[in-house]
Amino acid sequence: MDLHLKIWRQKDRSTEGKLVNYDLKDLNSHMSFLEMLDTLNEKLIIEGEEPVEFDHDCREGICGQCGIMINGLAHGPLENTTTCQLHLRSFKDGETIVIEPFRAEAFPVKRDLKVDRSAFDRIISSGGFVSVNTGQAPDATAIAVTHQIAEEAFDSAACIGCGACVATCKNASAALFTSAKISHMALLPQGKEERSERVIKMVQQMDKELFGHCSNTEACEVECPQGISVLNIARMNYEYSRALFFRKK
Amino acid sequence: MKLDSKIPQGPLEQKWAQYKKTAKLVNPANRKKLDVIVVGTGLAGSSIAASLGEMGYNVKSFCFQDSPRRAHSVAAQGGVNAAKNYKNDGDSVYRMFVDTLKGGDFRAREANVYRMAECSLNLIDQAVAQGVPFGREYGGYLNNRSFGGVQVSRTFYARGQTGQQLLLGAYQALMRQVGKNTVQLFSRHEMLDLVLIDGKARGVIVRNLDTGEIERHSAHAVVLATGGYGKIYYLSTLAMGCNGSAIWRAHKKGALMASPSWIQVHPTSLPQSGDYQSKLTLMSESLRNDGRIWVPLKNNETRSPNDIPENERDYYLERRYPAFGNLAPRDISSRAAKERIDAGFGIGPLKNAVYLDFSKAIKEQGKEKIKEKYGNLFDMYLKITGYDAYKEPMMISPSAHFSMGGLWVDYELMTTIPGLFALGEANFADHGANRLGANSLLQASVDGYFIAPYTIANYLSNEIHTGKISTDNLAFENAENAVKQQIEHLINIKGNKTVDYYHKTLGKLLYDYCGLARNEAGLKYAIEEIKKLKAEFYQNVRVSGDENHMNTELEKAGRVADYFEIGELMCYDAITRNESCGAHFREEYQTPDGEALRNDSEFQFISAWAWKGENQEPELIKEPLVFEEIQPTVRSYK
Repeated sequence: MDLHLKIWRQKDRSTEGKLVNYDLKDLNSHMSFLEMLDTLNEKLIIEGEEPVEFDHDCREGICGQCGIMINGLAHGPLENTTTCQLHLRSFKDGETIVIEPFRAEAFPVKRDLKVDRSAFDRIISSGGFVSVNTGQAPDATAIAVTHQIAEEAFDSAACIGCGACVATCKNASAALFTSAKISHMALLPQGKEERSERVIKMVQQMDKELFGHCSNTEACEVECPQGISVLNIARMNYEYSRALFFRKK
Repeated sequence: MKLDSKIPQGPLEQKWAQYKKTAKLVNPANRKKLDVIVVGTGLAGSSIAASLGEMGYNVKSFCFQDSPRRAHSVAAQGGVNAAKNYKNDGDSVYRMFVDTLKGGDFRAREANVYRMAECSLNLIDQAVAQGVPFGREYGGYLNNRSFGGVQVSRTFYARGQTGQQLLLGAYQALMRQVGKNTVQLFSRHEMLDLVLIDGKARGVIVRNLDTGEIERHSAHAVVLATGGYGKIYYLSTLAMGCNGSAIWRAHKKGALMASPSWIQVHPTSLPQSGDYQSKLTLMSESLRNDGRIWVPLKNNETRSPNDIPENERDYYLERRYPAFGNLAPRDISSRAAKERIDAGFGIGPLKNAVYLDFSKAIKEQGKEKIKEKYGNLFDMYLKITGYDAYKEPMMISPSAHFSMGGLWVDYELMTTIPGLFALGEANFADHGANRLGANSLLQASVDGYFIAPYTIANYLSNEIHTGKISTDNLAFENAENAVKQQIEHLINIKGNKTVDYYHKTLGKLLYDYCGLARNEAGLKYAIEEIKKLKAEFYQNVRVSGDENHMNTELEKAGRVADYFEIGELMCYDAITRNESCGAHFREEYQTPDGEALRNDSEFQFISAWAWKGENQEPELIKEPLVFEEIQPTVRSYK
């Protein structure tokens, strides 16, 4: 199949970027989207041009490193799919595809399609953990966790931190990412002890990183490769109010 | 050089306790005087960096990804082993030790393997305390499943994302320390050289992958937790960035490489579908618990799998290995698949796959039950191939996966360079010639959480009077200059072939001649071809852009340059071992019915290799393996 690509090229954070046209012919529809970009880059290198920089690593939909806007959609047209798990069979022969980086003030562009998502790491660093030192843990079955709770916690813990939720949100809010971690920890007995401190610190850090507020459009859930539910955001709001209420007391 | 494995004296089950009892300590007040560099942020890297940070050392943590959470431990799906015996099916530390040693074809150290099994108990406790949501029974207790190569259920799992969840636990522990300023984090940094002062590891040269800047970092000890080099085959189950450069640069500075040719080929990955393909996706081995593997009985079968009646199917694993059936260990399952594919019974468009069939399990347990166990894997399969595995069998095929080889380390996980430690897949220890499923997450984790914190402290106890190490030292300058020279050299070749072309060509060569099966003539041929390819690479590679900004092609070029040398050493290693063991199947050494033929009287040793310089043959140094507890037996899964 043939494709017309319009790809965002930007040298670095301080240089203005623009969409550049590229044409690719005779592509195999079983190719993944990133393999299509590999093919383009091979061609560009041989032609003496600089290849397109894009983020990717595991190419199994789990590391969370890939992520671009494809025709205005985070990770492209499929539901609950990372860019690396998107294949050309999802596009039509001769189609024009617009490829841009994830856009958010908190995710500055580094080069071409690569953005800086270290704000997520700083949110985790502010409180997204259980404070247990190595070698201090009690026996694993000493605290029973029901199957349902473990599964619910897992649904939240499944977040891969790709940033699609931020990129697709009109406010560039990190509420889904942050709330997923808050829910995961708050649901489990191990994480309950620190729930108040955790939610306050993480929400504060999220604001400090210049992410926008959540206005409940629920676009994040639609674009999330792991199908993380917006109910996590409701839980975060509950946890936050609860923490503030008891702190005042 | 004589290798000292430093295995403690005494009975097997008391060796580690004995070591811990006598290991030297560092006073908490002195710990802040000591710096440690940790390269890699996977399970081994994150856990050791977090542990050392907790203890009060100054830690610098490096990874090439944009966040430590992306490390490739994230992709291990199936589970992590621990001899908890929660299923009351007769499991114990001793049994796990025996299974692992046997699974590795008796080519690992008894003491190391026993310690891994012993520490497995604590790992589950640690991970659960961190909030890892392992699968639970309805009553709230932890659940287990069984994995290849064993007859008990000792594998703990978090759906099909066990690696991801364990890594998040370790990453969160690491980020907690980053928040406390005990660990400094350097993401998007790649180690390009190791710096030695007076023969000790004293620092690293890294490239900031965002700016191209070359930086010097010093420390009292350096820990490499950089994972494996299976990506050398290009097509593999590994992440695109996985590489062997850090350990290879350390090797060229004097650290020995052990058993480099032992690279596990995983039996359940998705088959290659075309030349453009960048990787082969792994489907968790846990699928073999309920999936049955078969090929058509008829050569060049053209019917779709559902149209092939039961009596025209060859369930070759169940046929050849009735005791273990579809749960036969990875090396055996992979080879059995290759045997059927090579014999013309392969399926799929390229005839390079076998079927993994769930129809019986779905009939017996219901679709919902199967969905709960493996739902995400079935979804992934659908996304990648476009086929629904609930309706027809999956197509799977063997693919390069885990490197059992790596830097040689002693019982303390220290390489032959004092102060240089190698953890997890970056070292050679524990798995022998073949790794059992669900033991890699375990080894990486226990190295980082429970072993290295003691052994590194033991080393650092002699460093408290050393004082800050200056990066102005001539050794840093020399190493930095060498790195800069190599970068300039690669950029200035300006040839007409891409880095990926060379990587793919090398990978194909290794797959054909140093892959699932090897023979002497093929290996000799491969060495010559690799030499030629390497020479051509330095004449003809094209690295676009320059070194002063983000440049992925440059990163890849440096890694492929190292792969040529690693590949050559793999072939040397495979030639010298005139036997078949684990992942190393030498065609000249097999039984009449095609099983591996081990030779304990001549090859019961670890091959450790010393770098002798560019274009020189490497030197082989042997570490004899002594079995006190169990006598090696022929592996039989029949």
